[in-house]
Amino acid sequence: MVDFLTSTIGLSGWLAWTLAATVSAVLILNVIAGGALVFIWAERKVSARIQDRLGPTRTGGRFGWLQSLADGIKLLAKEDLMPEGADGMLFRLAPYVSFCASFCAFIALPFAFDVVGQRLNVAVFFVVAVLGLEVFGVILAGYASASKWSLFGAMREAAQVVSYEVPLGMCVVVPVMLAGSMDMVTIAEKQAGWFWNWYVFHDPFTFVIFWVYVTCAVASVNRAPFDLAEAESELVAGFHTEYSGLRWSYFFMAEYGSMFLVSAMAAVLFLGGWNGPIPVATLLGFSEGTGDTAPYLIRLLGLANLVGKASLGVIIMMWIRWTLPRLRIDQVMTTCLKYCTPIAAVMFAGAMLWQIGLPGGLIPGAGRPGGEIREGWLEGPGGRAAAPPAADESRDVARVAP
Amino acid sequence: MMPPPLALSSLLALSVTEPVSVAHYLVVGAILFTAGVACMATKRNALGVLMGIELVLNGANVNFVAFASPYLAADGARSLGLDGQAIALFVILLAAAEAAVALAITLNFYNNHATVDVDRADDLKG
Amino acid sequence: MTPTIPMADLVAGGLLPLAAINFHTLFFLLFAAIACGAAVAVVAADNVVRMALFLVLSLAATAGLFFLAGAEFVGAMQLMIYVGGTLVLLVFGVMLTAQAPFVTMKSAGGDRLLAGFVGVALLAMLVLAGLSVPAWRQPASGTVPEPTATPLGMALVGVRVDQPPAGQPVDAVRSGYLLPFEIVSVHLLVVLVGAAYLARAKRRKTPRAIEVAASVEPPEAVAEHAAIGRTRAAASVLTGEPS
Repeated sequence: MVDFLTSTIGLSGWLAWTLAATVSAVLILNVIAGGALVFIWAERKVSARIQDRLGPTRTGGRFGWLQSLADGIKLLAKEDLMPEGADGMLFRLAPYVSFCASFCAFIALPFAFDVVGQRLNVAVFFVVAVLGLEVFGVILAGYASASKWSLFGAMREAAQVVSYEVPLGMCVVVPVMLAGSMDMVTIAEKQAGWFWNWYVFHDPFTFVIFWVYVTCAVASVNRAPFDLAEAESELVAGFHTEYSGLRWSYFFMAEYGSMFLVSAMAAVLFLGGWNGPIPVATLLGFSEGTGDTAPYLIRLLGLANLVGKASLGVIIMMWIRWTLPRLRIDQVMTTCLKYCTPIAAVMFAGAMLWQIGLPGGLIPGAGRPGGEIREGWLEGPGGRAAAPPAADESRDVARVAP
Repeated sequence: MMPPPLALSSLLALSVTEPVSVAHYLVVGAILFTAGVACMATKRNALGVLMGIELVLNGANVNFVAFASPYLAADGARSLGLDGQAIALFVILLAAAEAAVALAITLNFYNNHATVDVDRADDLKG
Repeated sequence: MTPTIPMADLVAGGLLPLAAINFHTLFFLLFAAIACGAAVAVVAADNVVRMALFLVLSLAATAGLFFLAGAEFVGAMQLMIYVGGTLVLLVFGVMLTAQAPFVTMKSAGGDRLLAGFVGVALLAMLVLAGLSVPAWRQPASGTVPEPTATPLGMALVGVRVDQPPAGQPVDAVRSGYLLPFEIVSVHLLVVLVGAAYLARAKRRKTPRAIEVAASVEPPEAVAEHAAIGRTRAAASVLTGEPS
């Protein structure tokens, strides 16, 4: 994008950089905020249908599609309250901490080939690490509210998120191991082609570990049945008991943002990323080289694919939420420590042995796509790749579509 | 190019037009280190002392990474390369281990004395 | 695609004051200011939870500095482990000091003054030492380093791909960090066990009535009567009657 701005439009360097950075930041912000609007409406409709109700029907004409916007306006107009004994600075800061963590994780998330805020060499690691920071806002909120319900909720959430990072990390490592890279663009490119190239279907171990990932992902974003931090039957509303108005809605934007994020991670790591089940672009003869519009079409298709998969993941989380009852805290910990972690460890070892024993997969000759090998020296002695782009924030802050 | 004299270079440290040098990182590391030492020395809360230790280790890490970075090295100068980064990694790991043990000790202390004030840990005073 | 914006291009752009900004330096100054400011705030704050928040800010900004220096893996590791570790610190802080008298634990004014003096002296010495080597003050070359995550990982399992010896293939095994890596792994395991041992739940000095009852020998030696005996003993302790 910077190249485009400098060469085609002829902007000077710093202006192009600033503009490109602003555009990508605004785009990511819109994905989170707009996504939250859509998903909150979807959650109302999905929950209503599951409970044999209609849900919002009137706001904005048919289907009540303006419901979340109306909710947002209501939240804006609400009074911003702060409890008397609260720690003012931390109380005000906490929602932004949560939101910033969610936002930062989106920086490294690719939406289609090269449609990524900042292509990072350690993207997977970065996203998992930053996602773990979201709990900070929750703990600060719980502590600063000076309410025992909030504190209980925050402590539960801390225990839960810290515990679930262990199996989550083990699940995430498996696709990284299969692809030989932590770069999410490379991981997704390696699953190009038909859907049997996806890492879920790579071997039986990855199939199992995908479901462990789903469990841990639901737990790490605090969705039901793991939403103990805001268990309304025991803790009033958990960590956000004392929050109202816009600050409260920041927590929810962060929550829906991370739901989308873990779903998109699942899509990239296990479900082929932006590569659809059927390689439509390849069948139609599109490739990076053909014509001026083909790259854009390919990216658009990929974008639709990824957003579709991620949205499907979010809808499934809603389905789970309105179907299963909430677990007790000891059951949550049991699920993590006695089931998820050992299963993930065994599956990790299994996937590794499978990779050693059957590196070509079950069907010999059915070659997997190479993807873009960034670490070229891995492929053979002496074959060092030309210096690939390094990650540092001053360069190429935005690479959203060329 | 000759490096600028000392006083001038400290002025340049605040200029946004010049590329950074290793010395910039060293100054940051020094500030973190000093803050950590001051934290360890003054805090009465055991957790505060622990945070001071983390700051000290972090300041040292900044120096390791700065010396390891080929980006920061001047033209033709050699950097530590991977060695510096590997040492920084080990420091991070050991800091985590140290924090775990120190927290366990703090918890024990709290169980016995119902406080985390390190000045109250004077049972062995003769 | 150069990391620093070419000066000539910028001057030609006609907006020198803005155009001359080196973005790398700008981001460096931003992160450095956050890291140092938060570190000083950790020293100045009295509330444990606020201290933890500032510490997290400082550590996260340091991770940003690592990214700027081209050490992505170390930066991500810093975010994951250090900041995650601090999270646990924070939880402990809340757990152990959430009661009102413990939240602020002020140090004496004299201590602070002394620490300030010593700190400033130490800082002056360190900064002077850091600036005293001319080679360190030379501006960065801006050589973009290759991504270091994979070479670093290979070094940790004992293969140094970053320094192939002359005349040998890249994958020739050189002494990497395999031994330190293994030692650190075992060390972490030992620490895990040790911390769990230190922090384990202690046996109470005065056992609860139900524990006394459970430890009382059943009156009959016959095995099938033991359970009945235990319940009887428990009932007698709880109701205060002699067993």
